[in-house]
Amino acid sequence: MSRHIDHEAEATDRVMFGFWVYLMTDLLMFAILFAVYAVLHGNTLGGETGRDLFSLPLALQETLLLLTSSFTCGIAMIAARQRKKAQTLLWFGITFALGLAFLGLELYEFAEFIHEGHTMQTNAFLSSFFVLVGTHGLHITSGLLWMGVTLIYVMKRGLNDHLVRKLAMLSLFWHFLDIVWIFIFTTVYLRAFV
Amino acid sequence: MREFLLGKLDGHALPHEWFTIAGSIAFIAMMLATILVITRLKKWKWLWSEWLTSVDPKKIGIMYFIAGGFMLARGGLDAVMIWLQQAFSSGDSHGYLSADHFQQVFTAHGNIMVFFVAMAFIFGLINYIVPLQIGARDLASPFLNTLGFWLYIAGVVMVNMFFLLGGEYAATGWLAVAPLSGPEFSTGVGVDYWIWSLQISGIGTTLGAINFIMTILRMRAPGMSLWKMPPFTWGSLCSMVMAVTVFPLLTATLFLMFFDRYFGTHFFTTTGGGDPMMYTNLIWMWGHPEVYILMLPAFGVFTEVVSTFSRKAVAFYKTNVIGMIGVSSFALSVWLHHFFTMGASANVNAFFGVMTIFIAIPTAVVFFTWIATMYKGRIKFDTPMLWFLGFVAIFTIGGLSGVILGIPPADFQLHNSLFLVAHFHSNVIGGVLFGIFCGITYWFPKFTGIKLNERIGRQAFWCWVIGFCMSFIPMYILGLMGAPRRLDHYDASTGWQPLFVMMLIGGIIIAIGLALQIAQIIASFIQKNRLRDATGDPWDGRTLEWSVASPPPFYNFTVIPKVNSRDAFWDMKQAGDHKPEYEDIHIPKNTAAGIYISIFAFFIGFGFVWHINWLAVVSFIGILIVFIVRAFDEHPEYTLTASEVKELEAARTKQAKAERRHNPTNDRDEDMGLWELIKVIVTFGFGLARKTLTRGKA
Repeated sequence: MSRHIDHEAEATDRVMFGFWVYLMTDLLMFAILFAVYAVLHGNTLGGETGRDLFSLPLALQETLLLLTSSFTCGIAMIAARQRKKAQTLLWFGITFALGLAFLGLELYEFAEFIHEGHTMQTNAFLSSFFVLVGTHGLHITSGLLWMGVTLIYVMKRGLNDHLVRKLAMLSLFWHFLDIVWIFIFTTVYLRAFV
Repeated sequence: MREFLLGKLDGHALPHEWFTIAGSIAFIAMMLATILVITRLKKWKWLWSEWLTSVDPKKIGIMYFIAGGFMLARGGLDAVMIWLQQAFSSGDSHGYLSADHFQQVFTAHGNIMVFFVAMAFIFGLINYIVPLQIGARDLASPFLNTLGFWLYIAGVVMVNMFFLLGGEYAATGWLAVAPLSGPEFSTGVGVDYWIWSLQISGIGTTLGAINFIMTILRMRAPGMSLWKMPPFTWGSLCSMVMAVTVFPLLTATLFLMFFDRYFGTHFFTTTGGGDPMMYTNLIWMWGHPEVYILMLPAFGVFTEVVSTFSRKAVAFYKTNVIGMIGVSSFALSVWLHHFFTMGASANVNAFFGVMTIFIAIPTAVVFFTWIATMYKGRIKFDTPMLWFLGFVAIFTIGGLSGVILGIPPADFQLHNSLFLVAHFHSNVIGGVLFGIFCGITYWFPKFTGIKLNERIGRQAFWCWVIGFCMSFIPMYILGLMGAPRRLDHYDASTGWQPLFVMMLIGGIIIAIGLALQIAQIIASFIQKNRLRDATGDPWDGRTLEWSVASPPPFYNFTVIPKVNSRDAFWDMKQAGDHKPEYEDIHIPKNTAAGIYISIFAFFIGFGFVWHINWLAVVSFIGILIVFIVRAFDEHPEYTLTASEVKELEAARTKQAKAERRHNPTNDRDEDMGLWELIKVIVTFGFGLARKTLTRGKA
């Protein structure tokens, strides 16, 4: 029996390590998008620049929402490791709601831009802006989907080793997206006003 | 409505050029024949449950070889088409291909050879050999492995889609340089096929690379520290670390190109503030390391082979490994040498030029460790060793011409000339392909339990070497004379034609070499009794893969070995056997999830190529569903109990003994020659025909 537990522990160790490697590959993809934004952000063809378009209060709200969600995600993980099902569901539920609010704000910002005629076809600056920020948003969306599905399984099956491992990977992913967002907040939004 | 359902796809897309029609007919006929044979033999169920859904890295490795072999023939056909065009298209004659077709052919040739041949063989070798070398029963994630393989297959289908369904292939060169590949200048679907075949198989490569890093770093047998890892595993590790570093760049770059073409963004366009040279930078940041990703496992193969056939441990093992690590880290900072002519400042060019020349140093270090290994060794000149020696000669030529190309002023002259084409073919054929052939010959007994025919193998080797020199040395000369690459027609007054004809003849000799290799495999199976390797250790090997039977049982090791030194198996042989203690083994269950996901991935690509949005969306949802079902399956494994293992082992030992008694090695025989093989095949054909005829009468 102990051998079985060893086997599971080894598997968890491997999977978590592999997930770290995956996160690094994802980070490199973002690195390319950041580099592309750095090269192209000035190419507005005389149109509005980031300074004219961006709203700092909105970006700050998004940042605060995501940072808070990272905090609640951490608390949820502590609960999950102690196998406290109700608390896990509660805190991940809050994380989910905060993530959803973040996504809503981002979509609102995009809709606003498109409504004003600043689409990603307008110029290279907007192309790189939409793709960089949109890729992050897409990651948030998949994180929310992952969270939703996992929580449904937690409700059905309870907190077993397998699901706790899934939640641990999810929380890594969520914190990772938080870090990427900090970089977006500084290099895209704050830098436009320097 | 029609546009909603089918997008840009209509009757005009169907093949209408003679060569695409011929290609379609050949492809469809081959598929029908395969389906017919499998149905007649009632093998569908076996094929599905034993092979296609298998998660055993050994079987996936073999499937990579088969797919890679087909693609090698396909890419080789493209090469012959290029040679033929260039040999005759001089002066008044314009050859048999139009300029546009010619461009599609060389683009396809490059993509297929790098992505779908070299990558397939390298991944096949790593799949089969690495777990055996490190004493593991499986890969860290068997599911990611099958997923990676099937994504590769989806890419293969995508790259051949224009044959089956029509449209066209990219006419932009193998890296689809911008802005030529943008929506302005490439209006057809060729570039879209290019994007999606690379995108899908590239994501498979990233997943595979993550998996191998997990496996190598986390699943080694107890006692095997990093400094005790076999050289091939080291080469694979270096290569896979590079792959996870650069393949995400490819994925991102391809997505940006896709956005430019599909949504009209301005990343690499000439209008709207886009920057075409940024594309060149990004794609070569991946493209240059890519060739080293292929090269490093081949270096590992050569180290193994040199050590085994010199009957010595690897000399300066640590230096060899550090050399490989050096090559893989330098390779990440040389990409700009592909476009010195871009007009970066002299200092930037100087930096990348110096880095490029520097790479020769760790490479030379690795070469010297091989020489030191051979020094005072008792060298056996079996075919794997021949491939190694051929590699040394040709790769050195390629390496030295690379150093010339790395000097920016010289590169300004040689940029985009045939000299460059000859250079990278020396490295990719002489290095990667010879490494693959060397590895396959070396490990063939492990794959099948049968050694390869030496006589025909040697003939094939000489065809390759002579054919290579005949076709690529004239190419160097042509390049120096000023012939540009991708040339579909040239003036008669250039006087180039004799050299181009010589290249064609060399190409034909290479094709004969390839045919001989197929003959070699057939001949080996005909003489399988004579060539059978009952010991599992035909070459007197040194590393763990030789300690198990050939072919190995599906659980690889009955008992995970304990490793005390670099040449773990060599020491075991010296120490003598001891009785194994059996234990429970966890075996991953077969799964078809990888196949389903890849089918959906293919349709996402297909939908985007032809602007069929609903298909892409539906397929994406399909992937999500399969992925969720698979991810929350909590029982992907089953357990083989110790007593079951004991029974299996006993049965296997009994069978091996019976085989040995049944087929005593007969030393008077020798490996069958080519004529003998033809005779056997013809006799067999006649026999078969007679049997069918008489059965028809009865």
